[in-house]
Amino acid sequence: MHNFTPVPALIGGILIGLAASLVLLTHGRRAGISGLWAGLFHPKAHDRGFRAHFFAGLLVVGLAVFLLAPHLIGQAQGSLVRIVGAGLLVGYGTQLGGGCTSGHGVCGISCFQRRSVVATLTFILTGVLTVLTLRALS
Amino acid sequence: MKGNLAGLAAGALFALGLAISGMTRPEKVIGFLDVTGQWDASLAFVMGGAIGVHAVLLRLIRRRSKPVFAKEFKPAPEKSIDSKLLAGSAIFGIGWGLAGYCPGPAIVAVGGLNAKALVFVIGMTAGMLVYRTIHQRSERVVSL
Repeated sequence: MHNFTPVPALIGGILIGLAASLVLLTHGRRAGISGLWAGLFHPKAHDRGFRAHFFAGLLVVGLAVFLLAPHLIGQAQGSLVRIVGAGLLVGYGTQLGGGCTSGHGVCGISCFQRRSVVATLTFILTGVLTVLTLRALS
Repeated sequence: MKGNLAGLAAGALFALGLAISGMTRPEKVIGFLDVTGQWDASLAFVMGGAIGVHAVLLRLIRRRSKPVFAKEFKPAPEKSIDSKLLAGSAIFGIGWGLAGYCPGPAIVAVGGLNAKALVFVIGMTAGMLVYRTIHQRSERVVSL
């Protein structure tokens, strides 16, 4: 495991947990990224000001990281067709399943919700199978 | 207004966590999913750290009568484990494995001027709109 970086992973994870807690404390809701993002494009969604500011925070820090520590922004592998297809599946799947790595994986599991545990195990399993399939094909 | 500033701060903190933990590098995510290669367990530590902190703080926060800037705490969705949950999560996992991006890191990488992340986020948004078109009667997306 020469790529294993437990200390930054744990520190980053703690910051994510604090961010999710700040969203709950101030707005009383889950910090599920896919749900917040989908709501930005829904005419009836409430809290659009909050959603827009939340994503402005994500984008501004992304730009700051690119300027100060560009190695932290990696490059996805594969053709543009594969990347678009991956995006379509992630967008559709998170709406059908009601959450992603943050909504189910962090917030739902923190509430000890069985459905979020099942969702998380499911997307990790199909993620593993996808990577192994790509590896076998290449 | 203050509520929006809290949103900005939370988004910034979330993105900082994703970047520091290496999750804005798709190869770290693929390294976690590639269990037969040189397995990189970092992602499990990211989730462990986030869940450990949030599981404790959410119980303290829920003792308040209401959130600071909203009328009430949103109750957890009272839904059972159904085929939608399983199918949706399975489909999400396939996309996650194909690109190494889930929604949060991809949006942070768009801020980092990464073209492929932008392509991914456009595809992701289109996928969400496809879902909404197919399941138009469902109002679930609003309540998320």
